[in-house]
Amino acid sequence: MSLHVDGLTVYYQSLRGDVKAVDGATFEIADGEIMGLAGESGCGKSTLGKSLIRLDPRMRYLGGHATLDGTELPIWNDRAMNPFRFEHVSIVPQYALSALNPTRHIGKMATELLASRGFDPSSHEKELRRRLELVGLPRDVLHRYPIELSGGMKQRVVLVLSSLLNPSLLIADEITSALDVSTQRAVGELLVEFRDREFVKSMIVITHDLSVLYQVADTILVMYAGRLAEKGPAEDVVHRPRHPYTRLLLSSLPEVGVRYEHKRLRGIPGRPPSLLDPPSGCRFRTRCPLATERCKECPLFAEVEPARSVACWKAAA
Amino acid sequence: MMAAGAVEAIAPAKPRPAPRSEFLYFALRNWKFVLGSSVVLAMLLLAVFGPLLTPHKPLSFSGPTQQPPSSDYWFGTTSFGQDVYAQFVYGLRSAFLVGALGGGIAFLVGAAVGFTAGYRGGWTDDLLNMLTNVVLVIPTLAILIIVAAYMNVHSYTTEAVLIGLTSWPWAARAVRAQTFSLKTRDFVDIARLSGRNTRQIVTTEIAPNMSSYLFMMFILLFGGAILIGASLDFLGLGPSTSVSLGLMMNSAFLSSALLLGIWWWFLPPGLGIVAIVGGLYVMNVGLDEIFNPKLREL
Amino acid sequence: MTRYLVRKLFIYLLTFYVAVTIDWAIPRFMPGDPVQQLLSRMHAQPQGQEALTGYYSKSFGFDVPIWKQYLNFWAALFHGDLGRSILYFPTPVWELIRGALPYTLALLVPAIVLSFWAGNKVGALAARRKSLDNTVLPVSYVLTATPQMWLGIVLAWVFASSLAIFPVTGAYDMSIQPAWSLEFAGSFLYHWILPFSALFLVSFGGWAIGMRNMIIYELESDYSNYLGSLGAPNKLVRKYAYRNALLPQITGLALALGAVVAGAIVVEIVFSYPGLGSLTLTAIQNRDYFLIQGIFLFLIIGVLIANFIIDIVYVFIDPRTRIGMQGGA
Repeated sequence: MSLHVDGLTVYYQSLRGDVKAVDGATFEIADGEIMGLAGESGCGKSTLGKSLIRLDPRMRYLGGHATLDGTELPIWNDRAMNPFRFEHVSIVPQYALSALNPTRHIGKMATELLASRGFDPSSHEKELRRRLELVGLPRDVLHRYPIELSGGMKQRVVLVLSSLLNPSLLIADEITSALDVSTQRAVGELLVEFRDREFVKSMIVITHDLSVLYQVADTILVMYAGRLAEKGPAEDVVHRPRHPYTRLLLSSLPEVGVRYEHKRLRGIPGRPPSLLDPPSGCRFRTRCPLATERCKECPLFAEVEPARSVACWKAAA
Repeated sequence: MMAAGAVEAIAPAKPRPAPRSEFLYFALRNWKFVLGSSVVLAMLLLAVFGPLLTPHKPLSFSGPTQQPPSSDYWFGTTSFGQDVYAQFVYGLRSAFLVGALGGGIAFLVGAAVGFTAGYRGGWTDDLLNMLTNVVLVIPTLAILIIVAAYMNVHSYTTEAVLIGLTSWPWAARAVRAQTFSLKTRDFVDIARLSGRNTRQIVTTEIAPNMSSYLFMMFILLFGGAILIGASLDFLGLGPSTSVSLGLMMNSAFLSSALLLGIWWWFLPPGLGIVAIVGGLYVMNVGLDEIFNPKLREL
Repeated sequence: MTRYLVRKLFIYLLTFYVAVTIDWAIPRFMPGDPVQQLLSRMHAQPQGQEALTGYYSKSFGFDVPIWKQYLNFWAALFHGDLGRSILYFPTPVWELIRGALPYTLALLVPAIVLSFWAGNKVGALAARRKSLDNTVLPVSYVLTATPQMWLGIVLAWVFASSLAIFPVTGAYDMSIQPAWSLEFAGSFLYHWILPFSALFLVSFGGWAIGMRNMIIYELESDYSNYLGSLGAPNKLVRKYAYRNALLPQITGLALALGAVVAGAIVVEIVFSYPGLGSLTLTAIQNRDYFLIQGIFLFLIIGVLIANFIIDIVYVFIDPRTRIGMQGGA
């Protein structure tokens, strides 16, 4: 499978104008690739992920294309997207802990969901049980109500359910954000396992936590203020970042085993710009230590090496 | 030095309206709020100034009986020769009195009980909960019937007090639920650590954060009190020496106004109540939208 | 769960106890002497006054010490003895209530059930369709702000007095005797429609508004979003939303019972419908204290039982409460 995204632009409508959440995103994901999508809060990564499967009522699609396995995804049309959902594109949402109907047995809900989509629940039942066991959930979880499960258990149920029909693309939206570190690791390993067993062909793992991505993702795509900053193999991006933002982001991470007695932890001065009225040209230039006059012109997200793209005049030079 | 080179200042974000005028900004644009409050305001003005516009007294048998509306008697006369318009506007006064006082008392008692139960928790909560449940389940009108039957209610103030003392449980429950969710917040912890007592914490930390909710609750209680008062008066249990909208309907009914077709006698009082209470409800919906940004229509 | 039910039962028993005590206490602690009030209304002859005073004092139980009065009251209650009516002497209060009850129930039960069902359905529909919402919502607000007796008067005036489609008073044609016959049923329905409508319409408004708001809330919830993201058809999402929105409405039903009963009382009066409402008015007008007290007790017990039933039913239909009590994860 492969996913091609070209110039995707999605804004939010608000009383004070349009929030330019995703502006001209272009990237590719290959078959079997786990791509991490990283960035600060409010940079648009969740919006990008969500727009590939279902637009929020507040979101406005402005342009761009997304092609999955050669077929264009009609993301601007809610109804036309329906046949793709669950089967070809699926999502493990940010709110997985409250994603299950509180007044329904989990098994019953799964059955009704499958039936309503035209699938035969009984033919999927065996696989469902197998996968639940695989992720370490007890056999009777299908007979329980969501309130009876812990947060981690619910997370795993949602992961299994969302990937039940072996979608080509799974979007995992901040699924580790609410978990403690050891559970994060377990969930991260599950993601990789699901890909390895081909339950899911490719994934987009959205998170603000670069360290998780380093463990889980094959490639990392960094976003800043609604625009793509950098993309490349995980190893490469983490050890040899080329975009100034990525560099600063990585240097803000405390390292295990390093004591910060003699130097302070460096962050990035300033705050992310408001997406209502972002700076013209490169959106990072107001905080970038390398900014020049040229940066008032928006840099292209250009491929500087094979499989390595950066949106920065300095990096492309 | 981190930032080097020519860095242009970021264009300032569009100015946000200041908090107080932000309310007005949204309020005046919300047609439900505007419509509801206009109607209520109109009725209030009528209640205050209406009686000044007519020479007739509500209970005096001044005119010819059973007259349809005319230039002399704008709403016509009753079968006893009383001016319906005068009765109506004086009745509006009683309605507002009962609403404000009855609703106000219910509000104060309900809020006090709700805050205490919600904030204190433990067995205070259990006790107050029990009290609330007991008063809640007993039908308000039944209690009022029995009290009023024996008590000979003399004034609308008394009636309002009775209504207030029996309709607070619903408010208590609502306030308690909200307090529960607020009391786990950090600013409450800080206040408690700095040594404030319960009363102070409730009045300075918790209540202001629920102010919009409390205000809306008061409006509902206001409307509810008017409706209950009207029923009481209609049953003949209200004060008989002054005028109220419910009493108008009572006398109209007892004088067979229905069968005689004296519509100008029994229509206005009900319409008045529908206007005030309906206006309050609609205003409330508007307020909900104004206070809750998620509900605002773009 | 048993603990929860036992606790609920305890609260209801406590409420019952408080209600009965209030019922007993009020005549005795109100200013004024009820016996004297009764006598002054009866314009009894001076000679008879003393005998009557003695009689009524005994009926109220004023001749024995207070604590004994209280116990006697309870004893009588458990015998089903609510005293004898003053106005309809010597008919026992209980008999009068029993005669009027079927008519009140005939109004109340259909009004509650149908308004709940119809109001919820329409409210749910309005939540989905903006065009429907724009008509249903304002109408519902007006309806729920309408005093029931006034609506009854208006309906009676329009449909009965002026247009003479429906009758204005009574539960059935005076010429027919109550019986299990088609003729009686027809006449009964004919007389029933207007008072029923008055009750139905006002309650309907309330339920429609409530359900509409609840459905909107449920449709915006996380589980609805998730189902939508997985491509579930609107029908399934709506089905879940409806069932979940119904739960708080049922709680609201318990709370609204008192108000509906109050509405029934006043509407009956408007239509001279021979139920508890008219009985209450007559009792009030004639200061028939025993009758008032009896009706009061009866109403309260009825509402208490209904509330209790609703509480129990609710526990069974909402898994969150059920499991919360068993100490879920």
